[in-house]
Amino acid sequence: MGAGHAHPLHLDRLSPVHRLAAEVKIVAVLLFTIVVVLTPPTEFAAFGGYALLLVPVGIAARVPLLWLLKRATIELPFVLLAVALPFLGHGTRIEWLGLSLSVDGLHGAWNIFAKGTLGVLASLLLAATTTMRDLILGLDRLRVPTVFTQIATFMLRYIDVLAGDARRMRIARLSRGYDPRFLWQVKAFAVGVGSLFLRSYERGERVYLAMVSRGYTGRLPRSAEGRAPARQWAVSAMLPVASAGIAVAAAVLA
Amino acid sequence: MDAQAMHIANGIVDGPVSAIFVVFAVGVLAVCVSRARADLDDRLAPMAGLVAAFIFAVQMLNFQVLPGVSGHLLGGTLAVILVGPWVGALCVSTVLIVQCLLFADGGLTAIGLNITNMALLGTAAGYLLVAGLLRVLPKNPGGLGATAFIASVVSVVVASQGFVLEYALGGTTALSLPWVSGTLAGTHALIGIGEGVIAATTVMTVARVRPDLVYALRRFRKPVALEEVPA
Repeated sequence: MGAGHAHPLHLDRLSPVHRLAAEVKIVAVLLFTIVVVLTPPTEFAAFGGYALLLVPVGIAARVPLLWLLKRATIELPFVLLAVALPFLGHGTRIEWLGLSLSVDGLHGAWNIFAKGTLGVLASLLLAATTTMRDLILGLDRLRVPTVFTQIATFMLRYIDVLAGDARRMRIARLSRGYDPRFLWQVKAFAVGVGSLFLRSYERGERVYLAMVSRGYTGRLPRSAEGRAPARQWAVSAMLPVASAGIAVAAAVLA
Repeated sequence: MDAQAMHIANGIVDGPVSAIFVVFAVGVLAVCVSRARADLDDRLAPMAGLVAAFIFAVQMLNFQVLPGVSGHLLGGTLAVILVGPWVGALCVSTVLIVQCLLFADGGLTAIGLNITNMALLGTAAGYLLVAGLLRVLPKNPGGLGATAFIASVVSVVVASQGFVLEYALGGTTALSLPWVSGTLAGTHALIGIGEGVIAATTVMTVARVRPDLVYALRRFRKPVALEEVPA
């Protein structure tokens, strides 16, 4: 692998969703998530509708369901919190299979589980279909302050270099008879982190000098690529518009 | 990938409170950007980028704590001691935004909450302690190590209490807040101790090799005395 600008969640496919400009996808996922979070937890049907909306997106993006579900386990700690809520909540309680559960807690658990899962799935679809470089470009076109996009650009460009540095230091330790165990590894680990910082900082200084000697004045040249065509905005607007439609319909019918 | 999200997900804190914290985080980060520019000038982008990459890399280095349980460094206090509060907060925020967008760790609507807790409250508490403790403790690697340890523990616990504040304002289920606060403080104190031991050793290593790079020691640097050379 050459430049290594993929990230662990990126799925390299050729699909209509992959081809959409990043800024279009970021806005769509953000608006979808906002609609989901603002829906009252008692609108059960609405959440089913949101989940159904993600199905065509996943199919169009050619993201395997199993891949998606496996990556979605990232929210497990919050599912545990959700499971605990019915036992810890206040207010009226109901009996179910001999367990005393709080109604408020059950709603809270459902709220966290439904909104958390939908949010994670939407974010995973964005991550799977967007490369790091496109994402930064998208943020830049969305007028995110250049300080942030620049820091993020450097961060993503050098993350693999630093991870490689760390890996080589570890192999060097191992090949000199180092045997990491329990607490005694802390010293070697921390000294390694210290020298990793020194290497990164000094690399930063070298990169800066190299940039200055090539005419850097504090701004990176903007890429000349044009903005996303209106058609892409229209296509990706379907997700947030449909979810907003479901939310409104649920509110009206209730 | 068996990474587990420990950043606030969507739906735990309600919409309005999440929005308020987005506004708060944006405001504070704007201040951080202008102060960080004063520290680094046009070196800001490459230097802060490399420091952010360092934090990200450190978070990827998992080490085994107990069989089946592995942990990683959070790196907030470490960054604050090494590069100062403004650049530190910027770097941690950038890491959080990228983790949210590319790794689905932390909800998109909870980004303001996560930045407030980890990048702003945590680093602010850490840096205030560092600045205060270094006035009384010796300014050598040992004193710096003790400072780093205490500041890390407090910073991690303060960051977790930030969540309690947010939950009190906009929690979606009524829970007994002292209980939430106690549980989070307890677990995070344990995390903080591990964090503190590693941060202390790391800072001591850097202070021995390149003390000029340690931001927290900069104020105490003595100007080199110019000696008159007899003609």
